[in-house]
Amino acid sequence: MTIIILLISISLAIALCFLGAFIWSLRSGQYDDVYGPSVRLLFDDKVERKEK
Amino acid sequence: MITAKEVEVDLICYHCGQPCDEEVNFIDEKPFCCFGCKTVFEILHSNNLCDYYNLSDSPGARVDLSDASKYHYLDEPEVRKKLLTFESETFSKVIFYIPSIHCISCIWLLENLHKLDAGIIRSDVNFPKKSVTIDFNSSQVKLSRIAALLDSVGYFPSISLEGEKVLQDQSQKALVIKLAVAGFCFGNVMLFSFPEYLGIDHSDENLLLVFSWLNWSLSVPVFFFSAFDYLKAAWKSFKQKQINIDVPIAAGLIALFFRSSYDIFTATGPGYLDSFTGLVFFLLIGRWFQGKTYESLAFDRDFKSYFPLAVHKKQEHDWKPIIIYELRTGDEVRIRNMEIIPADCVLNSEQAYIDYSFVTGESKPIKVKVGDRIFAGGRLIGQPIEVVIEKPTSQSHLTSLWNNEAFRKREESNYQKIIDRSARVFTWIVMGIASATAVYWQVVAPKEMWLVLTSVLMVACPCALALAAPFTYGSMLRTFGKNNFYLKNADVIERMAVIDSVVFDKTGTLTHTKKPSVLFHGELSTQEMGYVKALTSCSTHPLSNLVNHFIRQTSNYSIENFREFPGQGLEAKVNGRLLRVGSAVFVGFKGLLPAQASCVFVSLDNEVNGYFTIASSLRHNIGQMISRLGHKCVALLSGDNDSDKVAMAQLFGNKVILNFNQTPHDKLDFIRSLQQQGKKVMMLGDGLNDAGAMKQSNVGIAITDDTGTFTPACDGILQGDRLNQLDDFLALAKKSSSILKVAFSISFFYNAIALTFAVTGHLTPLTAAILMPISSVSVVGFSTLAVNYVSRHLSKNRPL
Repeated sequence: MTIIILLISISLAIALCFLGAFIWSLRSGQYDDVYGPSVRLLFDDKVERKEK
Repeated sequence: MITAKEVEVDLICYHCGQPCDEEVNFIDEKPFCCFGCKTVFEILHSNNLCDYYNLSDSPGARVDLSDASKYHYLDEPEVRKKLLTFESETFSKVIFYIPSIHCISCIWLLENLHKLDAGIIRSDVNFPKKSVTIDFNSSQVKLSRIAALLDSVGYFPSISLEGEKVLQDQSQKALVIKLAVAGFCFGNVMLFSFPEYLGIDHSDENLLLVFSWLNWSLSVPVFFFSAFDYLKAAWKSFKQKQINIDVPIAAGLIALFFRSSYDIFTATGPGYLDSFTGLVFFLLIGRWFQGKTYESLAFDRDFKSYFPLAVHKKQEHDWKPIIIYELRTGDEVRIRNMEIIPADCVLNSEQAYIDYSFVTGESKPIKVKVGDRIFAGGRLIGQPIEVVIEKPTSQSHLTSLWNNEAFRKREESNYQKIIDRSARVFTWIVMGIASATAVYWQVVAPKEMWLVLTSVLMVACPCALALAAPFTYGSMLRTFGKNNFYLKNADVIERMAVIDSVVFDKTGTLTHTKKPSVLFHGELSTQEMGYVKALTSCSTHPLSNLVNHFIRQTSNYSIENFREFPGQGLEAKVNGRLLRVGSAVFVGFKGLLPAQASCVFVSLDNEVNGYFTIASSLRHNIGQMISRLGHKCVALLSGDNDSDKVAMAQLFGNKVILNFNQTPHDKLDFIRSLQQQGKKVMMLGDGLNDAGAMKQSNVGIAITDDTGTFTPACDGILQGDRLNQLDDFLALAKKSSSILKVAFSISFFYNAIALTFAVTGHLTPLTAAILMPISSVSVVGFSTLAVNYVSRHLSKNRPL
């Protein structure tokens, strides 16, 4: 059963990484504008086509 | 000889999408409604930015061309310093708030600003906040140039020197982090508690011990970080000897955490940490759900954001920009068309038309002659004028309203929330039960006493009670928002529920400000209408303008012998016929004058042919809404003169008080006197003149047709076309109070069950872990579903 201790510590460590990643993304302002990026994705496409 | 402009109808402007009523300009067969829209197109076209028009149809906002020099004050060092978020020699950063951001095209254009000016490095739009962050090379381009550039393409920046909103933003972010930590710990604690729930493998004692220690270390950050606000708030209210909802919650949390720690340290049990972390998680979700804010709306504006930031002051034969707070008595200042008068002053120029509609509610511009006094807050219409300042801005007639004590009172200071009232009762009951239990167990089994007592405190924690209000009011807030009624926060709904008196402002609230209804009574052929159009287009008088806009046709007639008689009317030979337009006396009308509106009479060759009536037009279906409000509708306060009194009396019936010629102070005093009679008053208004009354009232609602424009400080912003559903909104607010009460009883029911377990000493970690989430989930589910159910008809009744 000792293997379970190892597995738990690994899973907990990974989960902690994700928690850290979430907090980082929140602090760096990635959720400030959730509409803009979806639209911006389309712009580049259009401009490029025109230049060609 | 004067030739009137070409006029066509039914053309839609390529830039702004509005019908081209007055003039039409063509470029490449694309129609433009005005010179401003055309100019924007030309700028974009010459910079190869016409993709702007492909992303969505007619994306622009109508542009009033303004003088670029109006932004020169931005280059003043102090102003610059306040606005820039970063500044070095070659690189600066500024954030502009732009109310007209509304679609994909806006984002696209604003992020391509660098193509319009080489000095701009990059620009980023934040769509929900309607702001754009611009990085620019300050050695190449001035701040004023950027503002003027934005203005020239139809995105005028709204500039304020006071940093706002940053604080609130931070606290909501901090809350989400706390929520994330609590959620993470809750999930993992649940996982590690599973073996305990299922009772597997009690043979491996060591493993269970590892799990409980893991649980304990996971709940430490929950107690000291996520739940910290509750502990702090409870301590604060404990010190002030007031009991609010935070006190029993904090007591429960402390009992849960320390009892569990004791169990784990002494290895006597697994503790209640799954319940504890779950509880904190649910509580924080409630807080987060309630914290919904409308980022692009401002609810706390005072007169400062309505007034211009700077004006041009005369300094040694030169006009220099100066910030209005530095204006002193005696300063000479120049005001341009459509600018706001910054302070009480005396006119130095010959004459001027001032539009006081936002200040007094009076909808027609007022003519001022040289030497007359002009009050702060009016808007100049027409030629630029020069004035001499009489009083600094902060002491002007209008702004002195903000010195009233109504603006100094602390928000909701004397208001006792339902939740805190219930919490007080609840706390006393729990304390009673807890001490009775303690005494009983002390007598029967002294060893068990502490365990039972902590169990009682644990399950008595009113988590579900604390969740009921955020979810009920939070869902209602969202429903209102979907129906164009934006509230400052969820507490406003609670105050709305007890409103028994509603007071309206007239101009701009019940009526449209910009679209007065013009009607013609009499007989005129289409051709003769054309004559009137041609004649009125020669005059700048406000009534002439209204009549001119009303007649929609091409008018191309020659005008001879044009004469304007001030205060009376216009006269000219149009197409060889003598046409007079003006007052009844001027044209020689002798019949009965229509009562409720301003009239403009028309005579051809000395024969009266009819008249135009110009009345402010009511919003759609207002009458029905007022009759549905019934006795709740108490008064109409208008800053306007009483020319509409008859019409308003018909609309409101005879039980409603109709007060005209009200100053802002009168309105405030009226609300106060109603409140002194014990009434809970809601005030609906739109202008600066209502600001005092709205602040004094229990709930102040601003009416607006465009959420980007200025609204005075208020508790909520209601879109004009939804005013006819005001009674629905009030009824829903009342219903949410009933929903809340039912949710409370559900929560009490669960608490009672849990307490019976606790008091008899049968509370196991498993029962706690089942009961607590169930009570929370059922309260949350009930509140949300019930709110959606009662408000389902709201969007259906949406006016067309």
